[in-house]
Amino acid sequence: MADPILDIRGLSKSFGALKATDDVSLDLRPGEIHALIGPNGAGKSTLIKQISGEIAPDAGEVVLRGRSLAGIDAAGRARMGMARSFQVSSVAPEFTVLQNVVLAAQGASGATFRFFRPVMRDAGLLQTARDCIAQAGLSGREAVPAAELAHGERRKLEIAMALALKPALFLLDEPMAGMGTEGATALGDLLDALRHRAPILLVEHDMDAVFRLSDRVSVLVYGRVIATGTPDEIRTDREVQRVYLGEEA
Amino acid sequence: MSAAEVTAVPEGRGGRMNRAQIVNAALALGLLGFGLVAWAMGETFLVTLATKVAILAIAGAGLNLVLGFGGLVSFGHAAYFGLGGYSAGILAHHALNYTPMFEWPFLFEGTTSMPVIWITAMVIGALAAALIGALSLRTTGVYFIMITLAFGQMIFYFAISWPAYGGEDGLPIYVRNGFPGLNTLDPVQFFGLTCAVLFAVLGLIAMLAHSRFGLALQAARQNRQRLMAVGIRPGGVLLVAFVISGAITALAGALYADLNRFVSPSMLSWHLSGELLVFLILGGTGRLFAPLAGAGLYITLEHLLGGVSDHWQFFFGLLLLGVVLFARGGVIGFLAGGKRHG
Repeated sequence: MADPILDIRGLSKSFGALKATDDVSLDLRPGEIHALIGPNGAGKSTLIKQISGEIAPDAGEVVLRGRSLAGIDAAGRARMGMARSFQVSSVAPEFTVLQNVVLAAQGASGATFRFFRPVMRDAGLLQTARDCIAQAGLSGREAVPAAELAHGERRKLEIAMALALKPALFLLDEPMAGMGTEGATALGDLLDALRHRAPILLVEHDMDAVFRLSDRVSVLVYGRVIATGTPDEIRTDREVQRVYLGEEA
Repeated sequence: MSAAEVTAVPEGRGGRMNRAQIVNAALALGLLGFGLVAWAMGETFLVTLATKVAILAIAGAGLNLVLGFGGLVSFGHAAYFGLGGYSAGILAHHALNYTPMFEWPFLFEGTTSMPVIWITAMVIGALAAALIGALSLRTTGVYFIMITLAFGQMIFYFAISWPAYGGEDGLPIYVRNGFPGLNTLDPVQFFGLTCAVLFAVLGLIAMLAHSRFGLALQAARQNRQRLMAVGIRPGGVLLVAFVISGAITALAGALYADLNRFVSPSMLSWHLSGELLVFLILGGTGRLFAPLAGAGLYITLEHLLGGVSDHWQFFFGLLLLGVVLFARGGVIGFLAGGKRHG
């Protein structure tokens, strides 16, 4: 088996008496979509924030390509290729689609403190940005301000920005939230293709999408991973059925 | 020009100007024209008034870099304005009184050379902004406003209680400092010099706004979380902007001291910080020429209404209320239209 791109070892985080993350270990291997599911309040977002570096864990570590990320902040992790999308889509609303993606390409380039040349005439950044926009399926919308995009398009913009970061992995927090069936299917197809660029750790509530796309699924309940396995294994897991899927079955 | 437009893809480079550019050109020509016509008519006072507008516009341009582009509401920019003013005042004071400023490590007797004074003022403004910014930028929102105000007030009271340079009474500059090749005592020459500085500063800010740095700065205003997620730390970008901003506002302060041939703690007072904010709100925050439009309108109204009533600020307050409620884009937003997308 290939070495994991992302390896999470014994991660724990408490807020007062609440154990939001309780000794979580999981990994993300090349080419896979690893879904993270769990009921509301299971600690999925807290876990994602520890991986992305927005909050620091109390114990345990996050290892990216064999390198511990302890002490590296969210910006540093992004530059190492951790491409994140947010639960509530997060872009620069006044910027156009193109400007948003150029910003991401600029971040990946690591050269922000340049004061003279106009950034929107930087052929290298523009080329990268246009490629990423095309891959995310937003071609033709470059000049539209992000604030005027439809919800689904803003999701795609986040994907385009993630692509511009030269991702080592994608960290996608509910990318399909709030999308209609059609939009979710289209986005699912996009994610399906993206896994070959970089593996995806996918937090998602849409169970159809999760079971259709994922290579592996981990179930998080009260901050603990109660099961990890293929979609079929998870579907038939007694414990999972009892605490989570059971509600629907 | 809205912030988003500043970095927009250049389009229609066939030479036709858009509305915002026409408004900007009109403002620039309006200032120059007013000053020159006043000079031709022998109205020295009006030339001085136009010079004052140009200088306050430079100070406002410094603030606009952090407020308009970076979204930082600094309520303490009088600090840099005053420090620039005192830089000019103190250097000239020693030179004019033949009292050495310091004798170690070398004898320094002050200077009356504007270029030297400007560089000194900008360095001091930048250093103060680096220190104040590094501490203030740990906070956001209303706390940032309050902490910048607090630092401004600290420097204000320091100046008041330091008798060596005039304390509360301020410090006169008997003869306006000199610029090589110019007679700065001639109002129109000094006016031309300040206009040249103003347009150079606006050009610098336009260049910064279009650069990689400017893109990150404007993103920091809109969404710091997103900026972090693309690998750029907002803190560093905002601090650099704050330092440049402090230097520009200090440069304006040095010119202002030379205009009045006097520097006093009032240049450091929070009223001035407030006026700079008002210029931007009036002109249209985040638009390149907002400080010129705002300062021009403010000084014009002060001059016209001030002649009618001592309570002109009451009427000015009504105008400001109107702008905030009905014309959020300020004068330039009103004339040039809202955001032009793309």
